[in-house]
Amino acid sequence: MPATLPSTTIAAPPRGLRLIAIGASAGGVEALGVLLRALPASCRAAVVVVLHLAPGRSSRLPQLYAEHCLLPLQEAQDKEEVLGGTVYFAGPDYHLQIEPELHFSLSLDEAVNFSRPSIDVLLESAAYAYHHDMLAIILTGASADGAAGLVRVRNLGGSAWVQDPADAVASSMPAAALQRAGADRVLDLRQMAASLALLGD
Amino acid sequence: MLPEADLGVCFQLQDDDVFDIELKLLLEGILLRYQHDFRDYSVASLRRRMRQAMERFGCATVSQLQDRILHEPAVFAQMLQFFTVQVSEMFRDPAYFRMLREKVVPVLHTYPSIKLWVAGCSSGEEVWSLAILLEEEGLLERSMIYATDINVEALAAAEAGIYAIDRIAQFSENYRQAGGKRSLSDYYTAAYKGAIFDRRLRRQFVFADHSLATDSVFSEVHMVSCRNVMIYFNKDLQDRALGLFHEALVNRGFLGLGMKESLHFSRHAASFRELAPAEKIFQRA
Repeated sequence: MPATLPSTTIAAPPRGLRLIAIGASAGGVEALGVLLRALPASCRAAVVVVLHLAPGRSSRLPQLYAEHCLLPLQEAQDKEEVLGGTVYFAGPDYHLQIEPELHFSLSLDEAVNFSRPSIDVLLESAAYAYHHDMLAIILTGASADGAAGLVRVRNLGGSAWVQDPADAVASSMPAAALQRAGADRVLDLRQMAASLALLGD
Repeated sequence: MLPEADLGVCFQLQDDDVFDIELKLLLEGILLRYQHDFRDYSVASLRRRMRQAMERFGCATVSQLQDRILHEPAVFAQMLQFFTVQVSEMFRDPAYFRMLREKVVPVLHTYPSIKLWVAGCSSGEEVWSLAILLEEEGLLERSMIYATDINVEALAAAEAGIYAIDRIAQFSENYRQAGGKRSLSDYYTAAYKGAIFDRRLRRQFVFADHSLATDSVFSEVHMVSCRNVMIYFNKDLQDRALGLFHEALVNRGFLGLGMKESLHFSRHAASFRELAPAEKIFQRA
């Protein structure tokens, strides 16, 4: 854990971000909506989301959020290039990874933290692909998924924002992330949305 | 003595960065020592599997693992499981098999003899599924199924056709949804916690050690099924494999992929046309 406490203020994300990776579980459908609504059309970073849902349900996520998000949304496909200014969702039943050449890859390897897609798998691969140029966000959830991945993100120079467990519908996932990895900022959803709104020029 | 700032530059690589360097060295070493080429596999998947292997063999670093792999062939044989084994099911994605019955089988009926290639067959669930489907459609007698993999142990398991009894409920449900015409239990006998599939289905199988990374085409075929194998390849290797399939397939021959795979991001996209887009069945153009 860092000696300095994570910041709670509303401020723009680090400059030069190329990837924002978001992990959410129980209570995540609504929380995610708040953040996606806040993203400005000028956002240059790619946004990649892993949201745990019952099998078969998550394939309609892009349609679910399209009305309220200024960026194009889609399910990430195997070997598809990761483009800035686009929101990608992990599809059901496959892990979603990012390769060093900055394209997506899928995997059917066993579930991690009982989850496939797993937030840890996305964050770990993204950390290697983007190093300093990424921000990982852990939202509400009743699991420990994301904590190990967040450690890797921070080790490799990326930034970490974690939803304040007191603000989360389910506190255990952000709490596990804070305990294991720490964070650069601990924010409630309103603060997070206001900070993301400052992205771009 | 170097000033402190310079030392900082030398040593600022994290263990996590060094891991990738070690991984590259290991893959080169395996190619030189065992002629297996994993250099164009998905790096993200390789990292995860190598971490699992390090745990399994009690190695703290990839370099320690490399020491054992290069000096102990038995360790490499076990490592192949970490590099290649995919867990599959019989009749996985039933819609795929329904579509084979509907759109592919009628065309296969027009050929006097049929050759199929299951590339990257792992422990054989797909091979046996196809054999059952062909049997029910009256095609098995005139079919030859080539089942290939780089993992000789997996090929032996595929040939044995014995699956744990606790997997059979899932297989049976898939078979039913896939349009199965009988009961899956007509095709196996249960013994010693395993379901042994009918030897008679196997008469038309040819198992072979074949690498999509280094080997070439060995026969002309009417259909290739290669599902959830190329997701573990990088783009170059995917292109190589698709090139082999294109070369092996007869004109208008069929290619079946996994439910989340596509040809959109390959340079072979124009070499195939979509026959059943949702079920990922393509036809050589």
